[in-house]
Amino acid sequence: MITPTHYMVLSAALFMIGVIGVMVRRNIIIIFMSIELILNAVNINLIAFSAQLHDVIGQVFAIFVIAVAAAEAAVGLGIILAFYRNKETVNIDEMNLMRW
Amino acid sequence: MAEAVAFYVLSAFILGFAVLVVSAKNTVHSVLFLVLNFLFVAALYVLLGAEFVAVIQVLVYAGGIVVLYLFVVMLVNLKRPPEAHHDPHRRTRLGFGLAAAVLVELGAIAAYGAVTPTVPIAAPVGPMTGNTEQVGWLLYTSYLIPFEIASMLLLVAMIGAIVLAKREL
Repeated sequence: MITPTHYMVLSAALFMIGVIGVMVRRNIIIIFMSIELILNAVNINLIAFSAQLHDVIGQVFAIFVIAVAAAEAAVGLGIILAFYRNKETVNIDEMNLMRW
Repeated sequence: MAEAVAFYVLSAFILGFAVLVVSAKNTVHSVLFLVLNFLFVAALYVLLGAEFVAVIQVLVYAGGIVVLYLFVVMLVNLKRPPEAHHDPHRRTRLGFGLAAAVLVELGAIAAYGAVTPTVPIAAPVGPMTGNTEQVGWLLYTSYLIPFEIASMLLLVAMIGAIVLAKREL
């Protein structure tokens, strides 16, 4: 029997993989993909509880999360392109323009 | 029983492809693993009875966002891979440590949730209609204003992406 706890564990594991990707990788494109993984983990939680509570509101919020993720990807990748045009790098260690 | 088998198989694929996304050396491979990850997450949504969100997941994530990522990976022509550059100030172990701290926090929250009694969930009331119909009904009644704000957000993001990516205005 699959309970919401199973889905929560799956979601937490996916979230952790995303967090490790954000913390450890240096390629900013991979970091953005890790953020998408994190948002997916959130969506799995929302849908699992929507199914458990027999309430569709969770799915509505998952759709909002997907919309925000699309907006974030568009703007973030635009920033990456603009930065790459100036500095010829996608390495976050070299992205220190605004450091004190 | 069938549900359990489907859940475990899908979970294994989701987590496996997520690890490959994070660990792949080649960025293009990483993007392709991300597509497979999104498709398996969509299958999980179907298992949970959320067909509409599953279709949106395939269309928006696997169809739209990933193509955007692929375009950027192709445009950003990497002469030397970012991982080859080594910054002495970067601490990879610290990254793993911070991720472990987040895991501990999640475990603490889960343990707290296990201690407090859960409220039994009421059975669904009213006639069950199609999933898409229910979602659409909520989106255009109770959540009309957030829905419109989301559309405005997407418009602003579109304009912002064009402004950022354009060479000169």
